[in-house]
Amino acid sequence: MDTIPYTVQAREDTGLYNAKLGIWLFLASEVMLFGALFSAYVLLRTGAGAGWPAGASVLHVHLGAFNSVVLLVSSMTMIFAWASLKERNFPRFKSCLGLTILLALLFLGVKSHEYSTKFEHHLYPNTSTFMAIYFLLTGVHALHIIGGVVVNGYLWGPGSKMWQTDPDRFTNRIEVAGLYWHFVDLVWIFLFPVLYLL
Amino acid sequence: MIARAQHHPHELSFWRKYIFSTDHKIIGLQYGITALCFLLLGFCLMLLMRWQLGYPGEPIPGVGKFLGENNAPGGVMLPEFYNELGAMHGTIMVFLGVVPLLVGAFGNYLVPLQIGAPDMAFPKLNMASYWVFLLGGVTMLVSFFLPGGAASSGWTSYPPLSDIATVGQTFWLIGMVFIITSSLLGSVNFIATILQLRAPGLTFLRLPFFVWTQLVTAFLLLLAFPPLEAAGLMQLMDRVAGTSFFLPSGLVISGEPLKVSGGGSVLLWQHLFWFLAHPEVYVLIAPAMGIVSEIIANNIRKPLWGYKSMVYSVIFLGFMSFIVWAHHMYLTGMGTKISAFFQTTTMIISIPSVIILTCLFISLWGGSIRFNTAMLFALAFLPMFGIGGLTGLPLGLSASDIHLHDTYYVIGHFHYVVAPGTIFAIFAGIYYWFPKITGRKMNEMLGHIHFWPSLFFMNCVFMPMFALGLAGVSRRLYDGGQQYAHAQAVLPLNKMITVCAFFLALFQLPFMINLVWSMIKGARVKSDNPWEATTLEWATPTPPPHGNFAQAPKVYRGPYEYSVPGALKDFSPQNEA
Ligand code: HEM
Ligand SMILES: [Cu+2]
Repeated sequence: MDTIPYTVQAREDTGLYNAKLGIWLFLASEVMLFGALFSAYVLLRTGAGAGWPAGASVLHVHLGAFNSVVLLVSSMTMIFAWASLKERNFPRFKSCLGLTILLALLFLGVKSHEYSTKFEHHLYPNTSTFMAIYFLLTGVHALHIIGGVVVNGYLWGPGSKMWQTDPDRFTNRIEVAGLYWHFVDLVWIFLFPVLYLL
Repeated sequence: MIARAQHHPHELSFWRKYIFSTDHKIIGLQYGITALCFLLLGFCLMLLMRWQLGYPGEPIPGVGKFLGENNAPGGVMLPEFYNELGAMHGTIMVFLGVVPLLVGAFGNYLVPLQIGAPDMAFPKLNMASYWVFLLGGVTMLVSFFLPGGAASSGWTSYPPLSDIATVGQTFWLIGMVFIITSSLLGSVNFIATILQLRAPGLTFLRLPFFVWTQLVTAFLLLLAFPPLEAAGLMQLMDRVAGTSFFLPSGLVISGEPLKVSGGGSVLLWQHLFWFLAHPEVYVLIAPAMGIVSEIIANNIRKPLWGYKSMVYSVIFLGFMSFIVWAHHMYLTGMGTKISAFFQTTTMIISIPSVIILTCLFISLWGGSIRFNTAMLFALAFLPMFGIGGLTGLPLGLSASDIHLHDTYYVIGHFHYVVAPGTIFAIFAGIYYWFPKITGRKMNEMLGHIHFWPSLFFMNCVFMPMFALGLAGVSRRLYDGGQQYAHAQAVLPLNKMITVCAFFLALFQLPFMINLVWSMIKGARVKSDNPWEATTLEWATPTPPPHGNFAQAPKVYRGPYEYSVPGALKDFSPQNEA
């Protein structure tokens, strides 16, 4: 008795293969992480009263909006990447996942441009509680984007060899990576209005 | 002791087999050995504290001169060093000792066996979880040698003190991030394993109670730790990037206004911390209940009374533990309405624990009990945990908590839960599963010498703490309350506690000797199921080889079918039709 069951096929009573359950559980914990950070935002903001700046007066709304679109599109290309594998179209998978990675890098580029303009205007994390929570929330989110780029980069490059040996399992991996990617995207959909617009 | 286990076709190298192993049993043992070392370290730190509390200002005999001039000039402990010891005793005991033992060691070793699985669902993650845990532990250890020493703001790390503490606190935070990451990897793995890898026929209400407690615990770790991670990141930013998440405006330190932007909230930390730390106490106790239940069921030779209500209770306990956290904060001025809510939930959460304990007590009724060492520890767990739990009720009501908050009464209360409670359950578990792991039994004589004095001295250590607390002696005082008039009458108790703590230490020696000696020389077991138990871990070869079961097991019955009327034997294993 040596092999672990349900690595590819779903178990009947749970309807899931192991990795898919794993990623859902991981995302549940991520919800708690960002939930705590958002709660901190709420508590600090209600405590600050009138002293809290309007996001738009400090941050660049257009850049934030642009980045939202970038991430939304990258989520779509991620789905197409998975769908391509389901249709056994490996070349299209390659270009879709490649596009996802490029869009993520574009997001990071815009983000670091935003950061550096803030630094040029002498706005640092220690300037105010608003800047502190801004840098913390977007920083933790950016780390998640970087994590996604690393995983997707691996699955696009060396990891994609699995397509030859075990296509079903590889397709599952893309599905799991996609679930993570959509979550990171979703976090931004909350972050953007809360920080830039409210 | 593990060497005989390898009847494995493709031989792995020593490193892959014992060091970077992905086998849940090896990882469980790695966790177990590491965590036992941390437990001993936390215990030794406590002995140093106890000396200072019993004999304040007197040089520590023997080791005093090795502690360094910065910590104990002339062997006399400085207050700062006491604070370091206190914070690190708490941190090490909770995060590096007890939880890794209960979950990392017992959980890892037993859960796949008890559900009839070949391994955990994600073996590589399992290995990563151990190594990240070790990294966190090493970070904590290294912090003792930093300028200013280790973290000294208590295991709770309350700001603003922790925000402005020495660099040891930064290491504490980084260490915690590692530990949280490790526990995240572990908890995902446990839940996935229990839900996905159960053997055919092993339905949820046929799971051993131990597995249920591990499942609930994994959910607590999964969902309660991330808020502490968030809080840890914020405190880290406060310390290294100069932010003011937890620093209110207008803070003055040693007469100097602190140069920060201000606007932060110290209560924010407390809320996020206790959102983890209350569920954490159920992480410290639920698996212990699981261990004790297995051992009691086996040694009374009849089914557990009310198995189903125990299962529903532990699930309910898990849910409730997320909405009681602010009972640690009654005295922060958060308001009576909020207090009323948390008092209510706190009273409600005591119910499931009482149900579980009651079921175990009633189970004893009419059993033909086998009093081996494992069973003695398991039986002692019941009243000890009972004392710990019942003394918690006055702390959960805000009126009585005004008097008791932050006194030695609190220290007595939670130590009854974790020391004679959880630690006894851990001992029980070690005596009980040792034969499965090594193929040998531990020595009963040494076991008795370990058990009876431990029970006696545990109570001598912790019972007087209630008296100290009721007299109003605060916790975290480096001289045990000498400067306070109201403490004078009870101060002699401090000496007594200290003497008893050293006796308690002395009577752990038979255990250590027993553990090592029995591995090499203990009486060999004659069967794979020496206790004549019913659950699946005893259906494996001894010790279980890689892949665990000779053939994939099938399950036909519930976990505790002992003395079934009409059966040939007084135990009916789950895998026998
Ligand atoms: C059996 C032996 C033990 C003894 C005699 C003991 C004794 C003590 C003492 C004297 C204190 C400090 C009181 C103070 O200065 O406020 C303390 C604090 C503490 N202990 Fe233990 N302890 C033991 C085991 C444990 C275990 C097994 C755990 C956890 C699982 C634990 C967790 C803690 C915690 C969390 C604190 C609070 C630290 C703080 O104030 O931040 N202890 N213990
Ligand atoms: Cu609590």
